[in-house]
Amino acid sequence: MAGHHIRAALFGAALAAGAIPALAQDGGKPDEVKVGITTFLTGPASVFGVPARDAAEMIIARMNENGGIGGVPIQASFIDEGAGGEALTAEFRRNVQDGADVMLAAISSGNCTQLAPLAEDLEVINLMWDCGTQRIFEENDYKYVFRTQANATPEMLASVLYLLKQKPDFKTIAVVNQDYAWGRDSWDIFSTALKAMKPDVEVVGEFFPAFGAPDYSTEISRLSALRPDVILSTSWGGDLDTFVRQAAQRGLTQQSTFVLPLAESSLERLGSALPEGVIVGARGDHYFQHPEMVGQADFDTFVKDFKDKTGSYPIYSVFHMAQAFAALDAAYEKAIEANDGQWPSKDQLVAAFEGLEFQAYGRPISIREDNQGVEAQLLGTTTSSDMPFKTLADIMIFDGGPLTAPVGEESVEWVGGLTPAFVDEIKPTTFQ
Amino acid sequence: MTFSRRAILPAILVAALALVPILAPFLQVVLIFALMKGIAVLGVTVLLRAGQVSFGHALFFGIAAYAGAFLAASPFDDLVLLVLAGLVTSAVTGLIVGIFVARYRGIFFAMLNLAFSMIFWSILEKFYYLTGGADGLRLPRPTVLGMAFERGAFEDILYYVALGLALLLGWFVIRFLNSPIGQLYQTVKTNETRLEYLGISPRVALIKGYVLSAALCGVGGVLMATAQGIVTPSYAYWVRSGEMVFIAVLGGAGSVAGAFAGSIAYELVRTYAAAFAGDIWQLLLGAFLLVIILFAPGGLVGIYNSVFDRARGAAGSAKRETGVPKKPAEVRS
Amino acid sequence: MNAQLFILALFDGVAYAALVFMVAVGLTLIFGVLRVLNVAHGSLYAIGAYVTVSAGSAIIAAGYSPVLAFPLMLVAAILVGVVLGGLMEKLLLSRIYDRPEVLQLLVTFAVFMMLEDVQRLVWGNQPYFQSAAVNLLGNVELFGVFYTSYQLIFLPLVALATLIGLRLFLRRTLTGKLITAVTEDREAAQFIGINAERVYLLTFIAGAALAGLGGALASPTTSVLPGIGTEMIVLSFAVVATAGLGQIEGAAVAALLIGLGRSFAVYLYPELQVLVPYLIMLLVLLVRPEGLFGSPAARKI
Repeated sequence: MAGHHIRAALFGAALAAGAIPALAQDGGKPDEVKVGITTFLTGPASVFGVPARDAAEMIIARMNENGGIGGVPIQASFIDEGAGGEALTAEFRRNVQDGADVMLAAISSGNCTQLAPLAEDLEVINLMWDCGTQRIFEENDYKYVFRTQANATPEMLASVLYLLKQKPDFKTIAVVNQDYAWGRDSWDIFSTALKAMKPDVEVVGEFFPAFGAPDYSTEISRLSALRPDVILSTSWGGDLDTFVRQAAQRGLTQQSTFVLPLAESSLERLGSALPEGVIVGARGDHYFQHPEMVGQADFDTFVKDFKDKTGSYPIYSVFHMAQAFAALDAAYEKAIEANDGQWPSKDQLVAAFEGLEFQAYGRPISIREDNQGVEAQLLGTTTSSDMPFKTLADIMIFDGGPLTAPVGEESVEWVGGLTPAFVDEIKPTTFQ
Repeated sequence: MTFSRRAILPAILVAALALVPILAPFLQVVLIFALMKGIAVLGVTVLLRAGQVSFGHALFFGIAAYAGAFLAASPFDDLVLLVLAGLVTSAVTGLIVGIFVARYRGIFFAMLNLAFSMIFWSILEKFYYLTGGADGLRLPRPTVLGMAFERGAFEDILYYVALGLALLLGWFVIRFLNSPIGQLYQTVKTNETRLEYLGISPRVALIKGYVLSAALCGVGGVLMATAQGIVTPSYAYWVRSGEMVFIAVLGGAGSVAGAFAGSIAYELVRTYAAAFAGDIWQLLLGAFLLVIILFAPGGLVGIYNSVFDRARGAAGSAKRETGVPKKPAEVRS
Repeated sequence: MNAQLFILALFDGVAYAALVFMVAVGLTLIFGVLRVLNVAHGSLYAIGAYVTVSAGSAIIAAGYSPVLAFPLMLVAAILVGVVLGGLMEKLLLSRIYDRPEVLQLLVTFAVFMMLEDVQRLVWGNQPYFQSAAVNLLGNVELFGVFYTSYQLIFLPLVALATLIGLRLFLRRTLTGKLITAVTEDREAAQFIGINAERVYLLTFIAGAALAGLGGALASPTTSVLPGIGTEMIVLSFAVVATAGLGQIEGAAVAALLIGLGRSFAVYLYPELQVLVPYLIMLLVLLVRPEGLFGSPAARKI
């Protein structure tokens, strides 16, 4: 944005004129912690991204009321992922050039794949706060990029396990995923894991409509003719909404069991369009009626505050944003402590993120040596309740550790090496 | 070339552009995109001189960019090689496509080009494992003649490369248009039949210019991809083609200087409109173009020239040759 | 592929083709008469969809019967046609008929860009969903597959009615004959006293209204968000170019061809789905550059 350019120019002029602003040395606190956050503000994914922005604003306001991070207020700017890869890259660069301390990028796995190397090149700390593709840390080593949530591997594995535990006797499955990094990678892991743990399963159809496609009629006709027992879709946001609505309209949701690992973010929006008996995941243990968290003061206040501010219940994009800020806060705290109460340098902050443990509104999360977060996974089955939308029953919460590919191993390979015995080995916590 | 007073302002502008990285670095990003897009628009301009509009030149813009991306992923990630790869790829594609489309004129020519570019776009979108699909491909920073540079230095180098190429290619296009081949090529617009009477195939004449226009778009495309560090299917989408024609006419259809004047104006409005007027840059640019078309169809360069013509007092003949294709002469009954 | 799947693909293709036809026919009508390729046609489609969704949601929220959603579509179409189409023609296009083709094209392209931002300003960036009309008509079963009656029966019927209606209008009514005359030979028509300007205005309004109607009809089946116009317009170009510019019956055939091609691709090679319309366009144009039903342009020397 031009404002930043003008600011940058003035800054340069001030420097040239000999006015030297107080550089943040160890001990000298900066005026503010600048955070650049990417999220979807336009397009079908905005129904997912805008609540995250609202959450960020709420969380930052609350943190600043309590003095901010280590006594320094937070200042956030938001970048729209909906503007396309090129505009996003340009804006990311501009934010960093204007002095962002930490970047939070991104929602889309495709964008993360582009921005992670860029962040590394620019030597700016980047927290991948929502994207799920596992390939980023498996294909390269990063110093500055961390992920404050799980990735596709535990999420898809948990989905497969839940499916096999609830419905072990299905024969055929079809997939309808968005055609981009997340849609492709998540299917690779899901299908490999499923075939490893249930070798007799048959994949009868694979459909990858474009990201943002407004119409799934032909895919739905095809699926209606194929009649698979299970239909998987890792779609999210407006795409998932449209798909479920159109499928429900044509009775497809009655014909097949739907497995929607990202549908926790669509529960409220879909209302009565989502039928009972759908397997729903939340990319982590995120749910506004989380059985282990409901009743705790922090959690209840957060849910209530968010509902008051936006009129809707929080969804997992909101919880992921909370996690990212919890990690940021914890990292700064850890770094300040290790620095004897002085403000940390960038490298000290990077060191603090390694092995970090933090908690937001679910089970605690830890960051392991390859910078990947380890997070619990929650899945449930939709059921009617007195809410105007379906809620989850038969909830299972899986520990993230055993489900995340070991450091240094490639996920699809690792998952392919599992056996049907794995289903019984993993014992999640169950709730009614 | 005679030195006239008209050349003063352009000369000053070129000098100013050369000094931007030093005096006004905040403009560098905007201008580097403007220069690269300008090179691509130069391709459209060349085509306009033959009286043809293509709504599919983003094909060459995109294919060169992706060629660059493929090369950048290999050990041969050098700026010179990237530009060469882009140039060759787009020129060869231009030749192949040109052979097909050079038979047609007017709206059919435009539509056929559109078809080719949309097919390419569809392939880019769908063949995820080859092209990265909608996410696109990354272009890691290349070396320059074997030397690796830090980000800041590289961006300065790229800026001057873009400026240098813009000047070089602009000069080349002017020379081409003045050359015998170029003159024959432009006759496709003014009087194609006469060309046939002379025994020269207008198809061949058109193809020569077409390949040049494709190569120019390609160079612009691969440079753009290098500057952005990422290439996505939108490089080949029809809106991108339309944007290039838009800029060509905005600057002054058929004018080499117009290509760059138009793209600089376009990029400035696009970047800074956001700062003052929110997300309505398309509204502003669209309105701007409408005003130009309705009241100053010679574009920015046309306005500039008419100021000089009026100052010179040259009455009547003030209309300089613009490159906008005329409709075929109506038969008067 | 067995017979059952074949028939299913057929029906999907017809449903899709019906929508594409509605937009393409307005485009080809405008080109036939005004010789202008209206790039803004896609935006008119999108605005027709938006208006229908907004008005429909308002009506249903106010408690009226969802049946009103249907006449609402016509109202939205007429609004789009008269207001946007009329303004566009009167203020902009009428001034540039004597200008070169590329400038006319760019004027419509500029309007397209402006209308894209207008959509965002008025309706925002989030997707809208209003499917009362579809739900009202229920489902129909075919070989164990459920189709919405709306897509399977209603849309093709409307498209067919439009086709027949246009044909009758152009051949039987006075205004229609005036339009046909101007299409055939503009100057001759003016010589015999036909007011070409009024004909242009009327045709443009009609074409715009058809685009708006296409959007209105599409809106209950899909989510409405910025950008649907952009995709629809290039698809319409493909249909119109394949058919032959100005060919109305041809547009129906081309729409069917492309709709069926696309749906068969989904059934056979899903990855080629996006490619098919442009491939068909290319193959047709390479063999017959004037389109399947177009007449070759005579070159004036």
